[in-house]
Amino acid sequence: MSDLITPILMPKWGLSMREGTLAAWHVEEGTEISPGDEIMDVETDKIANVVEAADGGLLRRRVGQAGEVYPVRALLGVLAPAEVSDAEVDAYVDAFEMPQVEEDEDSGPAHDYADLPIGRIRYTTREGEGVPILLIHGFGGDLDNWLFNIDALAEKAPVHALDLPGHGQSVKAVDNPGLGTMVDAVVQLMDHLNIEKAHLVGHSMGGLVSGQVAIDHPGRVASLTLICSAGLGEEINSGYIDGFVGAASRKELKPVLKDLFADQSLVSRAMVDDLLKYKRLDGVQGFLEALRGNLFVAGRQAAGIVAGLAGFSGPVQVIWGAGDAVIPQAHANAIPGASVTVIEGAGHMVQMEGSSRVNDLIRDQI
Amino acid sequence: MSNPFPLEKDGLLEAYRRMKTIREFEERLHVDFGRGDIPGFVHLYAGEEAAGVGIMMHLQDHDRIASTHRGHGHCIAKGVDVKGMMAEIYGKATGSCAGKGGSMHIADLSKGMMGANGILGAGAPLVCGAALAAQKLGHDGVGITFFGDGASNQGTVLESMNLAAIWNLPAIFVVENNGYAESTSVDYAVASDSYVDRATGFGMPGITVDGTDFFAVYEAAGEVVKRAREGGGPTLLECKMIRFFGHFEGDAQTYRAPGENEDNRKNRDCLKIFRAKVTEAGVLTDAELNAIDAEVMTLIEDAVREAKAAPLPTPADLTTDVYVSY
Amino acid sequence: MARTLSMKDAINEALDQEMTRDPTVIMMGEDIVGGAGAAGEDDAWGGVLGVSKGLYHKHPKQMIDTPLSESAYVGAAIGAATCGLRPVAELMFIDFMGVCLDQIYNQAAKFRYMFGGKAETPVVIRAMCGAGFRAAAQHSQMLTPIFTHIPGLKVVCPSNAYDTKGLLIQAIRDNDPVIFLEHKNLYASECDVPEEPYAIPFGEANIAREGSNVTIVTYGLMVPNSLAAAETLKKEGIDVEVIDLRTLSPIDMDTVIESVENTGRLVCVDEANPRCSIASDVSASVAQEAFKALKAPIAMVTAPHAPVPFSPALEDLYIPSPDRIAAAVRKTMGA
Repeated sequence: MSDLITPILMPKWGLSMREGTLAAWHVEEGTEISPGDEIMDVETDKIANVVEAADGGLLRRRVGQAGEVYPVRALLGVLAPAEVSDAEVDAYVDAFEMPQVEEDEDSGPAHDYADLPIGRIRYTTREGEGVPILLIHGFGGDLDNWLFNIDALAEKAPVHALDLPGHGQSVKAVDNPGLGTMVDAVVQLMDHLNIEKAHLVGHSMGGLVSGQVAIDHPGRVASLTLICSAGLGEEINSGYIDGFVGAASRKELKPVLKDLFADQSLVSRAMVDDLLKYKRLDGVQGFLEALRGNLFVAGRQAAGIVAGLAGFSGPVQVIWGAGDAVIPQAHANAIPGASVTVIEGAGHMVQMEGSSRVNDLIRDQI
Repeated sequence: MSNPFPLEKDGLLEAYRRMKTIREFEERLHVDFGRGDIPGFVHLYAGEEAAGVGIMMHLQDHDRIASTHRGHGHCIAKGVDVKGMMAEIYGKATGSCAGKGGSMHIADLSKGMMGANGILGAGAPLVCGAALAAQKLGHDGVGITFFGDGASNQGTVLESMNLAAIWNLPAIFVVENNGYAESTSVDYAVASDSYVDRATGFGMPGITVDGTDFFAVYEAAGEVVKRAREGGGPTLLECKMIRFFGHFEGDAQTYRAPGENEDNRKNRDCLKIFRAKVTEAGVLTDAELNAIDAEVMTLIEDAVREAKAAPLPTPADLTTDVYVSY
Repeated sequence: MARTLSMKDAINEALDQEMTRDPTVIMMGEDIVGGAGAAGEDDAWGGVLGVSKGLYHKHPKQMIDTPLSESAYVGAAIGAATCGLRPVAELMFIDFMGVCLDQIYNQAAKFRYMFGGKAETPVVIRAMCGAGFRAAAQHSQMLTPIFTHIPGLKVVCPSNAYDTKGLLIQAIRDNDPVIFLEHKNLYASECDVPEEPYAIPFGEANIAREGSNVTIVTYGLMVPNSLAAAETLKKEGIDVEVIDLRTLSPIDMDTVIESVENTGRLVCVDEANPRCSIASDVSASVAQEAFKALKAPIAMVTAPHAPVPFSPALEDLYIPSPDRIAAAVRKTMGA
């Protein structure tokens, strides 16, 4: 009978996560759960988020207690149809052993590096079938911005996420970085990975980059998902950009990052520290200043993709956080014919704050 | 008449000007300090001018020197601005060190002057560093540390001589032997009879010269500086010389023999000796030297007047320039 | 890319990257290459604990073994720093600072002020510090307060490999003299360290652990000891914030005050002897600036007013342990 039993495990978000706190359950025992349902809140020292059910079924047992800390892959709950007896569920819980993993694998899905003409680019891959999804982060971001999306999207297709030049752990030494730099990096990585065509998902500046790739290389883009995207209008919260570029300490950076989230408590000390660590790498400060100089003029966006995308025939959808404090939500309607979704209760980092909706929308589009 | 000296006329005039400037600077401080115009305490170089100038005539701005508590002469000989020095000694904001260093810490790195130093023997390691920098940066600069017979017994000096020798540094160790460590005689305090022997012990050449004879110092220093510049390594140069005043101003000099100061002034004054040599040889005239005397007097008079009139540091200066950034 | 690195290797990497970036960066010290002038191999030691192993072959002109003359070579490093080089002088042990202290506190520390702001002395003096090696009284001291007392010096004492790399790079690029102290018992401690060079600014404390009941202010080896105490206390329901000062001069009192205003309780943990220590300094500052926020008397956990003993039985008592730190926190909580 135990093959009818499905465990709910502590998720692993990113390389460094070793344990998490089960902050709250959203479902009672005896509830029938569908994949994608929000079943609990988990917090780490870096981030807090709602966990979606990976599998469907009847929640028979809440093994994990709210407020307790559990290691990654610990058993938090049990799904099983009604015909499985309580005794069998008990036996399953008692016998449960944390899945043993290889030492290497313990650090989670590894990152890879590609030495491209533009320089070294870091990326990560989730294997799958079909036309791949390529996730492109925004200004100052990195591939970990897709922490809550990448595994969920991998259920539908292979997924890749990269660090753009000057970001994350990719090359920092780039002359006069601008939109062209980013487009080149994306196309070069697609070549490197032998990806003929991909669904591009871009957040913020990554949306602008995705759109420009579709304009320059329409044959290589299967669809576009533009999330709180740049390039759809001129207005932008230049205070955020300047604050991010200028911040030299935790104290200066933390208030700036609050612009990113509707729920500002999500800006954790670890998130601020990680961004500071990035900003302090040699070359990053100069890169960001140069990039800002090329992307923004007098506090307004200098590049746009609306006109260029008129010639793009693939599906385009636009997703926005209703509480976006960086780019005005009004830009969501800039592309004629695009499907538009505005998600309440989410800010600029809507792919994190509204991850389940965003994941659904992307999966539906492809 | 031919010139028997190793310097052309211009060079001789310049050497005299530097020595005379030091002399008048120090004589004036002696008077002004005695009158109570100057705070703190000063150690005067009068009588020792031929040593400092004889050596410094071979140096350029990229050559570094580290001086002693008795630093005014080295500063002037190395080209530090006299008016800035005077203002510094008066504790004024316009001083070489903005009034924060005083007599014992006058420095001007742009002139290669790494500072007078209140810690005896401390300049020797610093000059090894300057010489090491010249070696690593690939220029022909030399480093010269001055120290007295007293500080010649400091471990820093002896360690530095060893360091300079094993690294073959372009470093020169100048013992300004005026016979007294404050009040203590060199005969009492220095174990070796000869500084040349000390140099030999560290595997470097040692030379002793009459420090009251500008030309003896000049010629010896020329050889030593040239060897250092050309990669020949360090040398010790002892200048036997005369201190006209006490260790510091206010020193009653009861340790001196009766008549010693008068004899020094009369018979062993390096400026008199220089003047006699160059005029007797007919290379310079008294009129030419007197003209320099007059210019120097004016310079010192102006320096004192300007120093007295200059503003004091402000309270805000108390805590500035502790760090480049903090 | 980030990977796990020990503090010892982080020091090596920082030196390597800075010597590569800037040929005026040189390193001097006793046995930092090892085997100079001897018949055997070059680079025989790489320092007494192998910190600089391998650097000589990469940077032969920038790595200089010195004779056993701390005054001469530390002074030479300082002199060279005013002449266009950026020397990193290594003293094997902080305890040897006494031999060359004049060059550090009368020369390097004072040049800029004495010379009216016209001197820059970009020198780093590195030394191992701290107890726990059974090395007794002259090889084990935590003399940080001697150096924080002196205006003109900057004083760094990191607690982990990440901070060590970034702070050492900052120290080398800094234009003031820096005393960089490495706790020998942390050399093997590992954490994620980016491969790329990065500089961590001085005067910025790190909140090593957030908490709401008690603030522990500490540095060096006492950071892991305090974190261990915090883990224990968590099980007792006491939520401890641990502030790692990282740099002791400049010192980030803003972060300390802000934390104490939040928790109302302060425990200063310092491996130095108690009188005029970092712990007493922080205590005094908090008493002056945040007295009204305090709900309990400030506590200090330090070494005793005694030299470091040799016998393991005694040395283990000498070093503030997680148990002693936890006990001080409990007392502060009124438990």
